Amino acid sequence: MASSRITKTFKALKKQGRKAFIPYIMAGDPSIEKTKELVLLLEDCGADIIELGVPFTDPLADGPQIQRAAERALANGVRLRHVIALVKDLRKSTSVPLILMTYYNPVFKYGEEAFMKDASEAGVDGIIVPDLPPDEAGVLRRLSKKHGIDTIFLLAPTSTPERIETVVKASRGFIYYVSITGITGARLHLGSSLKESISRIRSLTDKPVAVGFGVKMPEEARAVSGIADGVIVGSEIVKRINSEPQDFSKLKEYLLSLRDAIR
Amino acid sequence: MPALKELEAAYLSSKKDKAFQKELSELQKTYIGRPTPLYFAKRFTEHLGGAKIYLKREDLAHTGAHKINNALGQALLAKRMGKSRVIAETGAGQHGVATATGAALVGLDCEIYMGTEDMKRQALNVFRMRLLGAKVIEVPIGSRTLKDAINEALRDWTTNVRNTHYVMGTVFGPHPFPSMVRDFQSVIGKEAKKQILSAEGRLPDLLIACVGGGSNSIGLFHEFLKDDVNMVGVEAGGHGISSGEHAARFAGGSIGVFQGCKSYLLQDEDGNVLGTHSVSAGLDYASVGPEHAYLKDSGRIRYTYATDEEALSAFELLSRTEGIIPALESAHALAEAVKLAPKMPKDSIIIINLSGRGDKDVEHVARIKGVHI
Repeated sequence: MASSRITKTFKALKKQGRKAFIPYIMAGDPSIEKTKELVLLLEDCGADIIELGVPFTDPLADGPQIQRAAERALANGVRLRHVIALVKDLRKSTSVPLILMTYYNPVFKYGEEAFMKDASEAGVDGIIVPDLPPDEAGVLRRLSKKHGIDTIFLLAPTSTPERIETVVKASRGFIYYVSITGITGARLHLGSSLKESISRIRSLTDKPVAVGFGVKMPEEARAVSGIADGVIVGSEIVKRINSEPQDFSKLKEYLLSLRDAIR
Repeated sequence: MPALKELEAAYLSSKKDKAFQKELSELQKTYIGRPTPLYFAKRFTEHLGGAKIYLKREDLAHTGAHKINNALGQALLAKRMGKSRVIAETGAGQHGVATATGAALVGLDCEIYMGTEDMKRQALNVFRMRLLGAKVIEVPIGSRTLKDAINEALRDWTTNVRNTHYVMGTVFGPHPFPSMVRDFQSVIGKEAKKQILSAEGRLPDLLIACVGGGSNSIGLFHEFLKDDVNMVGVEAGGHGISSGEHAARFAGGSIGVFQGCKSYLLQDEDGNVLGTHSVSAGLDYASVGPEHAYLKDSGRIRYTYATDEEALSAFELLSRTEGIIPALESAHALAEAVKLAPKMPKDSIIIINLSGRGDKDVEHVARIKGVHI
């Protein structure tokens, strides 16, 4: 099987001795048109891979920043099918790897096969389904392989050795290490334990490991990029988009400072 | 996930632990006041003019509802697991009160998540929880009701899992919650079976219970599943199915995956969860326990619904004919009996689970009737 756009990106970065900057935004917040603009802005600011959140009424793994963003997007009428259409539209102007972060029920309701087919045709590279553990994801994993979409699963500080092994095997593209127990946007504690956890995962696999949940400021991003292959920043970006939804000049500065920090 | 494995292991070992079971059954007897009576409702029966109606009096359990059966069991389990803190969600406040009670009894810190809307509707229970030493945390996000309180409690649990046990209040959520909560509630059906055999010398013809998440109903039904006994689960019909304002998951929902399990769910065509309505906060929930979904699909149990209006009318009827003010949740089960009993022969027997007492609803009902108290 040909290697995916996400895998290629990590390989290319490795050659250059760089780490991946992976920002997250909520599709449809403040509007689907602005999301399109934001994806291109993120790419301009040096994003290597972009995560697009799919709005859902009950985003269990997310903190208040992202839940509120989902509520705004839902109020704008944005649903999974619109996010897929957005990706299709974006593919006319960018080839940056795009990952959908969606809860399971919208995918289930869409139909897993139809979803994978449509997402793949639209140009989606990977999916993260935070409420679907790998042992419940047999069908989705099979279908994603068939349609050439990477499935990225999550590991947490509380994950047992057996769980780490399952997630390492089931993940394609990269492994998403949740730096804290809890939800997106909570406070990050940088310590030796993060380093130890990442090396434990690395001892089992060559797959890249990206760290998310709790990375807000450039100095945290820099510290994390010293340990992991990629740094995911979500809640803080979502918050800044919402505080100035029409003018992205300050956001741009912030994104560039993150990019500079992640080396 | 490791938390669920840890919980399952602790629960399974507690089932085999004689000392744990002895402590639980002793507290059921001396603290909750079990067995609760099975009461023959003579005047209610005569009024309807058909089947003999028995009420399983969970309203007489400590704290006024069946919720304590599960909350006490899980509080003991939390202590056994070495947790110092319990959290729970609550809608009407009954499960929150029961959990705060269990925590006070066992000596654990307790925090209860409750939607802003529900805190307004159930101010009395909010104060009760505080009196019991619990901290009530407002959930001002989403629909600001039960499902959002569950989201917040699950978020708290994933953050503080090392020292915290999540006391799920109903037969929902990820495994092992649905079966564990059912087991703690199945004491209702076990007692009812013994009691009806002693009162009538035979099994009943029909069991009726209301179904929110589904814990009181599964608690009554489970013991009778292998017997030749009919069962009806009654959901909240709100303002009627066609109004879209209801919580009738079987009548108006479809299969979905929500908060850790697969079951019937009120959702839109894109898989987002819909708002619900019921006059009774305890039935006001977008999904239903997965075992009920199985029992519906297998045809073993029939599920129907009662509207707000029907429930309110049954609420008043039982109060007048028996001197028992039922919880509005339980009034949905009574409303089904009002429809069925008159058509059944006089020697047939119905057991209704009177899952809770109605004191908490008195103010609400007065408001609906336009009475200022």
